Amino acid sequence: MTFIEYKALSPADKAKYKISEFFSRLPGALGKFFSAIGKFFSNLIKWIITGIKGYGSRFANGDMATKVSYLIMGFGNFTRGQVGKGLVFLGAEVLYIIYMASFGIQYLSRFGTLGTQETYKVKDATTGRMVTVFGDNSMLILLYGVMTILITIVFIGVYVANTKSAYDCEQRIKEGKRNMTLKEEIADLMDSKFHVTMLALPVLLIAIFTILPLVFMICIAFTNYNKEHNPPGKLFDWVGLETFREVFKMSEGAGKAHTFAELAKWTIIWAIFATFSNYIVGMILALMINKKSIKLKALWRTLFVITIAVPQFVSLLLMNQMLQYNGVVNVILQHIGLNPVHFIDGTRLTARITIIVINMWVGVPYTILQTSGILMNIPEDLYESARIDGATPVVQFFEITLPYMLFVTTPYLIQSFVGNINNFNVIYLLTKGGPTKDATLYQAGETDILVTWLFKLTLDNNDYNTAAAVGILVFIVCATLSLITFNLSKSSRNEEEFS
Amino acid sequence: MIKSYKLSRTISDIVIYVILAVLGVIWVSPLVWLVLHSFRAEGGITVDYVFPKQYTLDNYIKLFTEKDTFDYPRWFLNTFVIAVFSCIISTLSILMVSYTFSRLRFKSRKTFINIGMVLGMFPGFMTMIALYYLLKAMNLVQTLPALVICYSAGAGLGFAISKGFFDTIPRALDEAATIDGATRNQIFWKIILPMSKPILVYTILTSFIGPWCDFILVRIIMGDKKENYTVALGLQKMTDREFITNYFKQFLAGSVIVAIPITILFLKMQNYYVEGVTAGGVKG
Repeated sequence: MTFIEYKALSPADKAKYKISEFFSRLPGALGKFFSAIGKFFSNLIKWIITGIKGYGSRFANGDMATKVSYLIMGFGNFTRGQVGKGLVFLGAEVLYIIYMASFGIQYLSRFGTLGTQETYKVKDATTGRMVTVFGDNSMLILLYGVMTILITIVFIGVYVANTKSAYDCEQRIKEGKRNMTLKEEIADLMDSKFHVTMLALPVLLIAIFTILPLVFMICIAFTNYNKEHNPPGKLFDWVGLETFREVFKMSEGAGKAHTFAELAKWTIIWAIFATFSNYIVGMILALMINKKSIKLKALWRTLFVITIAVPQFVSLLLMNQMLQYNGVVNVILQHIGLNPVHFIDGTRLTARITIIVINMWVGVPYTILQTSGILMNIPEDLYESARIDGATPVVQFFEITLPYMLFVTTPYLIQSFVGNINNFNVIYLLTKGGPTKDATLYQAGETDILVTWLFKLTLDNNDYNTAAAVGILVFIVCATLSLITFNLSKSSRNEEEFS
Repeated sequence: MIKSYKLSRTISDIVIYVILAVLGVIWVSPLVWLVLHSFRAEGGITVDYVFPKQYTLDNYIKLFTEKDTFDYPRWFLNTFVIAVFSCIISTLSILMVSYTFSRLRFKSRKTFINIGMVLGMFPGFMTMIALYYLLKAMNLVQTLPALVICYSAGAGLGFAISKGFFDTIPRALDEAATIDGATRNQIFWKIILPMSKPILVYTILTSFIGPWCDFILVRIIMGDKKENYTVALGLQKMTDREFITNYFKQFLAGSVIVAIPITILFLKMQNYYVEGVTAGGVKG
């Protein structure tokens, strides 16, 4: 159904259509989401199985040189005219062996226990002073262990590619063809294998500085790495799902579970209010600025947009100062005869309202920028017929503009909802999570959302395992929401639309 | 009839002008306050009036001459160097990844895209501690290259917007070039890039602005090594409880100096943003 057909329905039919549409799409999206996850893993397993099968059959069918390259990498290429490629494979093998022998194996072997020898102090016999003897460092064992595992996975990939390459070389010779020289292979990397060249560097960087730390932190969530088990002084150990149990186990008083539940509630409330207040106010302002009879459009837009241009840490730190009890906002309030207000250090409610209002100051300009283009595209005849029917601008907004925009920009809305769940800057710079009067919260203030709590747990409190677990939970929520909308929105299907 | 229609339209226009003017003033006034008070001569953190009584350049001069506690010029230079290098690496990564995902067809392309999207959804600070120890193992902690790595290493994951832009360039161009014997490498540099000015400028500017605004990673990486701070962290340090009474006006002055170049860059970028992003953005 197109939007115009939809507008032609009677109000009751509209509501019916909307509700049925929502529910008919939801299971599909959810189903797609879970089947996509399932498909990913089944593909992964299939891929590994074909890898192993190919590995075995190539060994059985290959000749002597191919068989030798199962042990000495690159041998197959070497004997069949691909000296350069053979050397690359051989080099990879030598490097890997050196790495494992000198460095990797000692960490990999202790990966299961994360170290057994604790650091202790001993009296030095000759000087009589206490000397620290460093034992195992669980943190380094885990970090280097994860690194070694990732390197090993990559190496296995290279190794299997080596056997395949050796076998392919053999087959080509048998078919009477010539193998490519190194020069040709490099030329190939600029053309039909260009994606390898293009992705090599970015993927390498992402693997080292994003994937490795991420896997490490996910592992941390399953250990007891916190301030009581802080290396190098103390060891930490695998504890399975204990950390997650702590986060969910409801108990009386100031537990982590209580804090998690409270902050999760506020995070959702915050994300809803922050998203919709910005969306609606921004859209109304964009409509006003873009109204045909309004002049000085560039001026109005610049007035609002300039606040995005100023770095957030500047504008928010400034706001923080202005909203203090003796700050300029209260000075103005007193000038016009009102009582000063404790904006960010008073009650929970005022602090939360203040944050949402200030967030509008920060976020509305973004909406103005992003919706201007779409607003221009609303079919003009809709408004014309509405005007003929005598609809006021307010009615037009609620009957045409808002539904049309919701119709078109749902993906954008969900994106900014996810963005707000992760909106660290506004909360942290404005209130630092305060006020902190509620003693039942564990290491958190009353305006803290989950990500700022995560930050505090890590930096101020060294509760690394809880922080990692909270991070994983936030990730699951955000990823589920994003993937569902990604599947619901058309843009993923329309990828080839312009081609 | 027509007269009253016109009249009601003028009235509604006037109402809109009034609303826009009032809101515009509200939106801009904190920034105006920032600029005015950065020139304020008297008082400490707060004064009980809105406009300063005396204006002076002292705050700016002090910012650049009194370097004992807060070495602002050094921080500015640091940030500039970091921004330039991480801008180069990030822009290259983003363009390479998004071009590959958009224009090249190869096995497991979809898998790569999905993995990239999922990786981008983890909260950023989750990895910061691991990143710290990793850089420590590389002996890079408290140095500028460490920050360049932090800001640019993961840049490739931000491919979504520019991929959307590349998707809109007709594939017929690639095909025509291939028939004429161009390699994919040549197509990228000689055909696609020159056509992608809006997204190129947008990518360059966003990755240049990034380091100026971050105050989280830099705090973890630099620790107490003040001479390697960036402006963002330095200015935030000025607002710490022990310094703020003496340094508040310098903080304002410092903020103005950072905000000016960023604002100019952003206003320049705005047009490219609209052009580049809406081209590949929401398609309904």
